[in-house]
Amino acid sequence: MWCIAVIAQNTFRESLRDKILYNLLFFAVLLIGASVLLAELSIMEQAKIITDMGLAAINLVGVLIAIFVGIGLVTKEIERRTVYTIMARPISRAQFLLGKYLGLVLTLLVNIGVMFAVFLITLWITGTPIHFSLFQAVALIVVELMLVTAVALFFSTFSSATLSAMMTIGVYVIGHLTTDLKGIAQKGENEALSAIMTGIYYLCPNLEYLNIKGQAARGVSVALSYQMLATVYGMLYAALLVTAACVIFQRRDF
Amino acid sequence: MDAIRIEQLQKSFKSGWPGRPPIPVLKGLTLSVEQGEIYGFLGPNGSGKTTTLKILLGLMKPGGGRVELLGRPAGDVEVRRRVGFLPESPYFYDYLTAEEFLSFYGHLAGLARGVIKERADHLLELVGLTHARARELRKFSKGMLQRVGLAQALIHDPELVILDEPMSGLDPLGRKQVRDLILKLRDQGKTVFFSTHIIPDVEMICDRVGVVMDGRLQAAGRVEELVQNGHAHTVEVVCEGIKGEDVPAIAKVATRLLQRGRQCLVVLPKPDLVDEVVTALKAQGGTLVSVTPQKGSLEELFVQPSNNQER
Repeated sequence: MWCIAVIAQNTFRESLRDKILYNLLFFAVLLIGASVLLAELSIMEQAKIITDMGLAAINLVGVLIAIFVGIGLVTKEIERRTVYTIMARPISRAQFLLGKYLGLVLTLLVNIGVMFAVFLITLWITGTPIHFSLFQAVALIVVELMLVTAVALFFSTFSSATLSAMMTIGVYVIGHLTTDLKGIAQKGENEALSAIMTGIYYLCPNLEYLNIKGQAARGVSVALSYQMLATVYGMLYAALLVTAACVIFQRRDF
Repeated sequence: MDAIRIEQLQKSFKSGWPGRPPIPVLKGLTLSVEQGEIYGFLGPNGSGKTTTLKILLGLMKPGGGRVELLGRPAGDVEVRRRVGFLPESPYFYDYLTAEEFLSFYGHLAGLARGVIKERADHLLELVGLTHARARELRKFSKGMLQRVGLAQALIHDPELVILDEPMSGLDPLGRKQVRDLILKLRDQGKTVFFSTHIIPDVEMICDRVGVVMDGRLQAAGRVEELVQNGHAHTVEVVCEGIKGEDVPAIAKVATRLLQRGRQCLVVLPKPDLVDEVVTALKAQGGTLVSVTPQKGSLEELFVQPSNNQER
């Protein structure tokens, strides 16, 4: 347990000393700020534009960090051979992987926290109402990012950084389209295509479960039971992927 | 109990092409390292040294055979509390300062904060990096990285220290520092097992040596024994007042003649020939300056089988 915390803390420290993270954070703040300008120019409901853009910025930057830092969690350690000295310590491979994962989750939490704070300040300054639904949406964004990080970690235990990035982006995109895929499978006349679409539907996580940004921007809260169910769904999926990553990593030679 | 026991160790790597047979790297390597000794693991590049070390530390799984560290199987995570490791050309987290770096590894070994501080101070002084303790590793030279890497391997005061090419890439001063440190570790009762292809380092500090060639142990034993076995000592005779080439009795037996002004260096293949040369020298009116028996070297042991392999 102690080892996991040490690895997580170091992963968190690594990301804090990475300039890319600050650039992404700056980008998010810029996007949130730009939403105010855009709202001024728009004839549509200004509050909705600000909240829509703010939540989208938080989500986008979070996903970028989850994917691009996530794929490097393991591949960078192997490429730079830093894994040699760590694995030579009294630490199991599963502990190492779990520490890396939790370190990035901690980084994401801090980043989301900062972006959400900037977002709330922006809403307050512009006099936009702050609904409970916004907190719900951000909480599910965090769950989604934990899941995306787990996907990136899973792929990076057996493939290169580039391939892992491509596959994780693929899962992310498909994850938001699974309901459409199921629709195609049901309506399609080609049986093979239907079977593939159904397979993808069941294999890929349904990330739309975790996306309540549209409702939140309109100030509509979701039922707490839904929130809970979606959270458990995302967490279980992430846990499954991290476990699979540990099993694969256990067999690897360095 | 041996510090390291390897029996019939085998390892093959997958060939890059499907359908091709795996490439064997270790073909039944057997060796043992006693506690408290410095053991040099010698072999040319690609002979299987690093693979052996990786298997010892659980970084790779053996394809066959038995590997034990301090009486425990090599895959045992707990035994690594008693083992320190420095990989070849180490790359570390370069965003950490030397102090943070040692603290990280100390925490991983389960040491308390106070102990880590004390050990880090001591080790930074030992490897001569106290002045750079607050500097990030990305600003370290290669030699400094090697030294801080050694400190990392020793932070938890291990019984067994495994070093992969610890002297490679270091300048003569750096190499001497590492050699001295290894000797100091032996004096503290620790076992040091290090791989290298730099022969003089082995000759200078190792109690025992194992020579690995093509995935098998070619020879093992004390340096003197290995050098003596099957390798006759040469002798260098320096004399004055003659020209070696002009004295047939000398030219006939010498393996090498070198004339430097009035002095002549005569290299003889075995000590028995010295009397013959001295007699011929006196008969020619020359004077004997010195007779120096030349110790055999590990190099011969190292090079000969390599050449055979190439053929």
